[in-house]
Amino acid sequence: MRCALSAVPLRVVRAPLVALALLLGAAGVHAQDAPDALVKRVSEEVLQIVKTDPKVQAGDRDRIRDVIDSKLAPHFDFERMTSLAVGRAWRTATPEQQKQLTDQFRTLLSRTYSNAFVQYRDQQIVYKPLRIDAAASEATVRTEIVRSGGAPVQIDYSMAKKGSEWKAYDVIVGGVSLVTNYRDEFGQQVQAGGVDGLVKALTAKNAGPPPPPVK
Amino acid sequence: MTRIPLRVATLAAGVLLSGCAAVASKDDPFEPFNRAMYDVHQVVDGKVVKPIAQAYVDYTPKIIQRGVMNFFGNFDDVVSVFNDFLQGKLDKAGNDMGRVMINSFFGIGGLIDIASDAGIEKGNEDFGQTFGFWGIPQGPYVFVPVLGPTTVRDGTGLVVRAYASPLSYVITDVPVRNIFYAVGFVDARAQALQAESFVDQAALDRYTFIRRAYLQRREYLVRDGQPAPEKEEP
Repeated sequence: MRCALSAVPLRVVRAPLVALALLLGAAGVHAQDAPDALVKRVSEEVLQIVKTDPKVQAGDRDRIRDVIDSKLAPHFDFERMTSLAVGRAWRTATPEQQKQLTDQFRTLLSRTYSNAFVQYRDQQIVYKPLRIDAAASEATVRTEIVRSGGAPVQIDYSMAKKGSEWKAYDVIVGGVSLVTNYRDEFGQQVQAGGVDGLVKALTAKNAGPPPPPVK
Repeated sequence: MTRIPLRVATLAAGVLLSGCAAVASKDDPFEPFNRAMYDVHQVVDGKVVKPIAQAYVDYTPKIIQRGVMNFFGNFDDVVSVFNDFLQGKLDKAGNDMGRVMINSFFGIGGLIDIASDAGIEKGNEDFGQTFGFWGIPQGPYVFVPVLGPTTVRDGTGLVVRAYASPLSYVITDVPVRNIFYAVGFVDARAQALQAESFVDQAALDRYTFIRRAYLQRREYLVRDGQPAPEKEEP
């Protein structure tokens, strides 16, 4: 019964979200890296920092933000992510609005992940083999986080080749696409207050205090 | 005399419907009602359930929390076995049955998840997924105070599960069983704490964020992780 009526919905939502945190953990970079090699290299690099950096372990937000900004962020195509999340309204937005949206969304993601970062020390990541041909410009890199006592959580990265580098434009955690999840949120704000309303909502969110870390 | 209640009902329905028109989310036709339930949930959960779960996390030894989680997880595996069979997934049924046997006998009645450590992956099938497997759509989204997000289909699955509760066959003494249910509930709520802090930080509107995450997750589980349909570029 407990699991029956109570637990299941909570758990169902928890698995993907919890894992969402680590996930951004995977997109990193040398220009020549194939997308799967890139994901693996950056993930391992970040995991190594999470496991060994005393400041990160102590929950030092500035240091964590620094790791995210320097190690993870360069491997994401935030503009494409934002355009996908905003949906139709993106085309009606001015270049200035598009830039504001992208900056604010990037900040939101970065803050979100720095808050959840420290909880993922003992993760083990399995990288699934990827088969794409050399000319491909789109790929989905699949990884899996193995946890004792729980079903493994799949984390997939939707990636596209931008110039000579692969960049991630969506992260799908346990079936929950980050971009899709924000599409409803953003659509709601745009409907209520237009593109400027969405910019305002994001800015306000980013200006608020981060919630206290969970033990 | 009967006119008045009828009018009230009509008015209420009108309010509900006009609310729906404004939001226009096809997955959530009862959004205004669900949001009201969500507000109720926030109050009850914030004042009662969450503090208990937080205290459980803060003051119970980690090894006990782990044991509790594994113990109830073992019953989840039993439910998975049932549903593997109902969906004709015999290999998964074998896998999950193996987990239950190993953990029940060698893992001290499920307190230790030896099977996972041995590399036998935990399955995750429930009645809602079985309905989905056989083509039944999720139906309207429903937010139930204290219990959380669900849909008509998945909620029905939860009711089926409540009646089929494997725990009730193992523990027949009702007061004792109720204590187990209570502990299991606190365990489940405790496990959601981290995800909750993530949602607090990530969401502009928690209600909307949780709804989409829940619906995406359930669809994915029904598909057993097969890729979702393509997303459209703007």
